[in-house]
Order: sequence, then C-alpha cells, then structure tokens
Amino acid sequence: MGHITLDKVSKSFAEVEVIPPLDLTIEDGEFVVFVGPSGCGKSTLLRLIAGLEDVTSGEICIDGEEATSVPPAKRGLAMVFQSYALYPHMSVRKNIAFPLRMAGMDQAERDRRVNAAADVLNLTDYLDRRPGQLSGGQRQRVAIGRAIVREPAAFLFDEPLSNLDAALRVGMRLEISELHKRLKTTMIYVTHDQVEAMTMADKIVVLRAGNIEQVGSPLELYRNPRNLFVAGFIGSPKMNLINGQIASAHGAATIGIRPEHVAVSAETGEWHGKVGVSEHLGSDTFFHVTCEGIPEPVTVRVGGEVDLHYGDEVWLTPDTTHLHRFDKEGLRIG
Amino acid sequence: MARAITTRRKIVTTGVAWAIGLLIFFPIYWTILTSFKTEAQAINNPPLFWGFDFTLENYALVQERSDYMRFLWNSVIIAGGSTLLGILVAVPAAWSMAFVPSRRTKDILLWMLSTKMLPAVGVLYPISLIFVQFNLLDTRIGLTLVIMLINLPIIVWMLYTYFREIPVDILEAARMDGAGLRQEILYVLTPMAIPGIASTVLLNIILAWNEAFWTLNLTAANAAPLTAFIASYSSPEGLFYAKLSAASTMAIAPILILGWFSQKQLVRGLTFGAVK
Repeated sequence: MGHITLDKVSKSFAEVEVIPPLDLTIEDGEFVVFVGPSGCGKSTLLRLIAGLEDVTSGEICIDGEEATSVPPAKRGLAMVFQSYALYPHMSVRKNIAFPLRMAGMDQAERDRRVNAAADVLNLTDYLDRRPGQLSGGQRQRVAIGRAIVREPAAFLFDEPLSNLDAALRVGMRLEISELHKRLKTTMIYVTHDQVEAMTMADKIVVLRAGNIEQVGSPLELYRNPRNLFVAGFIGSPKMNLINGQIASAHGAATIGIRPEHVAVSAETGEWHGKVGVSEHLGSDTFFHVTCEGIPEPVTVRVGGEVDLHYGDEVWLTPDTTHLHRFDKEGLRIG
Repeated sequence: MARAITTRRKIVTTGVAWAIGLLIFFPIYWTILTSFKTEAQAINNPPLFWGFDFTLENYALVQERSDYMRFLWNSVIIAGGSTLLGILVAVPAAWSMAFVPSRRTKDILLWMLSTKMLPAVGVLYPISLIFVQFNLLDTRIGLTLVIMLINLPIIVWMLYTYFREIPVDILEAARMDGAGLRQEILYVLTPMAIPGIASTVLLNIILAWNEAFWTLNLTAANAAPLTAFIASYSSPEGLFYAKLSAASTMAIAPILILGWFSQKQLVRGLTFGAVK
C-alpha cells in the first residue's frame, strides 16, 4: 500500500516560504513525477514526504494514517538519493541489508532478500565489493537495491539519474519503469528533466516556486497545458509561443503551436520566413525558421528527409485545430 | 635553466627542513645523551657529545628510588581515561553542531575554544577548592576529569571538523533505512569518522600525557603521573642532571614510541581540511 495525501502542506525556511500551502493526492501504485526548474521546491516537497524536513503547517497522511510528525525511520518509505548516499565503509551486501538489519530481521531472511534483490539488479557479482569500487550505474543499482529489499509503502527518488552519463540514463530510466511495472509500488520521482517526466510518469506534477502549476498524465499536460509555464516546460523541443498581432488575430494574448503542428511549404502558407539552423536526428528534422512579424524563430518538425537548406525561403502554416490560446495572465483559453 | 632552479630550491628547502627538525629534536637528543653520562660528566663544560663513559647507572638509581611503573600506570590511566571520556562526551556534541547547526553554533564553538585562552593558573584556586570539597585531591578520577575538561574543546573542534566532511545525505539515507539516532551514530557516522576519531584520540593522549600544570598541582603521591616523576628529580641546585635526564627519558619514551608508530595518522589528522 502506498496512498499518500498532502493537506495544505507548507514549508518555510526562516522567513522564506518555499512551499505555500498545497494539496496533493498520490494514489496507491502510481508513478508520480515532480518536475520543475531548479529551485521550484520539488526536492523540498519530496523531503517533506520523506520526513527529512518538518512541515511548517499542514498534514501528511500515508495509507490513511497521520504521519506529519512521524520520524523518517518509521514512515515505511524508501529513498534513492541523487548522490546515491551509499555507506562507504560497508560492502554492497551490507549496504543492501542495512534497512533489514535496522528492522531486526534474522540473518537467513536478510540473505535471501539481498540475494533476490541482487539478482534482479544484476549485482550478484559485486556483492562483496565496496561502493568505491563500483561505477556510477552500479552504485545507482545498489541504492535502488537498498530501497527495494524492505518492500516499502512507496519509493522516493530524488533526481536519481542526474549523476549518470546520457546513455546510462536512458537505460536506467527503462529499468526503473520496468521495476515499477513489476513491483506495482507507489513511486514518487523528482527531476528537472521533462523528458524523464514524460517517459516515466503515470502522473506529472509541474511545480514552479513551490506552487503546483498542473497535475495530470503526460499526454494531458502535453495536449492541454493549463498555462504558459506548463506549455513552455513540457515538450521537447519547446512549443512555439507567439505574442502580438498574430496572437490577437486568434483572439488571444499568446498563442502556442507545437513544432509538429506546423506545415512547411515552399510555395504558399500563412507565415513567410527563412530557414535558419537545422537539427537532423535521422527520423526527424527540426528547422528553426525566422518569420516576418515573429521575434523568436519558429521551430518546425518535419520528416527525416527534407531538402531544405540554410537561407531557403519557406512558408509555414499552423494547424489551427492544435493551436493553444492563452490570455494576458497566461491562462489557457477554452 | 628552470630545472636548475627547481633542483637548487629543492636542496635548500630540504636543508632548511632538516635544520629545523634537528633544532626541535636537539633538546630531546641532549636529554637522552645526558641520561647515559655520570653526574660529573653531565655538568662538564664544554659539554661532552662523545667520549664520555657510557653508563646505565642513572636508570638503576632512578628505578631504585622511585617506582617507575606506578607513575607510568597513573599516566596511562589519566591519559587514556580522559581521552575515552572526552570522546564519549564530544561525539554527540560534535554531531549536533555539525549536522543540526543552529544560528549560534559558530558562537558556541568559539566560546568553547576561548576557554583555552584563559591561563590555567587563573582557575587553580577554584578548582583546588572544588577538589578539596569533593575529596578529589591526589585521586586519579579527579585528575582524569580535569584533564578531560581542559582538552574537551580541542576534541570537540577536531571531531566537528571531521564530521563536517561527511555528506549529510548518507546520514539521511540511514534515517530513511530505519536507523534511529543511536544506530545512525553507531553504525554509520562513527565507522565513517574512524580515521578522524583515531587522530583525535592520538593527539589527545599526547596532550594529556604531557600535561604538567594540573598533574603537578593536584597530586601528591597516589595519583602522580610521569610528569610528577620527572619533577621530583629537579632540584634547584641542579646537581642531578644525569638522573633528571634518565627520569625524563623514561617518562617520554612511551609517548615518543606511540607518536613514532602513529605519525602518519597524526599528520593526516592535523592537516585535515587544510588542503581543500
């Protein structure tokens, strides 16, 4: 079980309020990702749930029980830290067994569980090594192993992949998703990388300055961003956001159009411009087109093989059925 | 050309280092040398560096007159006991200051250190009165307590510095893994801080071993450690240089040997955090 509710939870450090009162419900078995730019309070929020920080006001319930002032050791949650936070003086085996030892489990059961976890995470050959003798990816696995052996109510991940190189990160991302599918345990995952959020989450919580901007499934957020911040934050490359006359023509202060919803033509279209830098990814190509009357270059996605070059003149046409409209306050219209 | 300068500089620095080292070591060397001379040769002018009659007589006489082992035992108990006690008090203190700092933590640390700036003789009278009141004069327990207290600021400071180097994440991980405060300190913090604790223990044993002001003022016969043993051979007329030297050599030998074997640990401990 891992049903977590936050009720008007807030956090202040001295005079500074980093998290204004917020409500959030995390269902049992859900994979929830807290995402936002650095300093948005996502890690603080995770640490409040973990119990590593005290809430300033509000209430946290885990599986229906008030846990606001329960110490972290007694909350039944497991955490994977960005720095892995392995115990450097213990072997991998002892690291993974540590929570079981703290729970007073007998040696035989401890061994059984450690071996099972090591098997799942491909760590069997490394059980007698010290963390210092492992690579970054292996250390990350040990940290995950230490979290899964005790079968917690929920897993908390604090930017677990940001110390890994890009290739390893993609691999670990899949492994964590796979783990979630298999264990069906609640996972709360903090990241600043919206790609991680989009690829892993059942539910994304977008945070800015301690406020929840929007909560929803990845595609919900992608298709219906509630405001300009979410529109600009979710999606890679970013949504094109256009102000001024072109926007007012659509009855909005700002309009947004995703790169895949802009058609490119050599002859005719709505916006006339010149092709700038292009990014060829093989399957896709992104062109940055400078258009008349639009200050920022418009990003356009086209298929892999398109014969357009730097300086070519093109016409762009947005697909109006996929147009996002925002008012002066940056809130979605319609 | 650059190479030549580097080599020359190397020779000069090495030479200077050796000169300073020898200068510092000279009194100890001189003491050890004198302890093997006869009393007459010990006060010979000009001093004799070689060609004297090598004798072990002073050691025999010193051992005959006073029981070395009894003083040694007192030194071991006082130095060891005060260090152990100090560590037990200082680990939780340093833990709280390093990991749960408050706005006043820096002030508390400075205040603790400031007690070391007070001349010991300034509190001789009150401490003596307390000792009289509680029948602690000339007892090992009394001396152990006083020496623990005078060295406590240094122990706390050193441990605080080592603990600060330990990532908080790891302690938090222990908390998440179900460790209570006691388990966190016992199974995670202390093992990680072992090198730092070892250096602190060594330095503190040396300080306590060599402490002379309180050991001389608060003991008579029962609890007298080796510092009192040396002092008992110092006479104002200075007629027993050889015996005094023999007593001194016997008193410093154990700590010199300890220092020799642990010098790597000590140097590491004393320069910890200095090169960051």
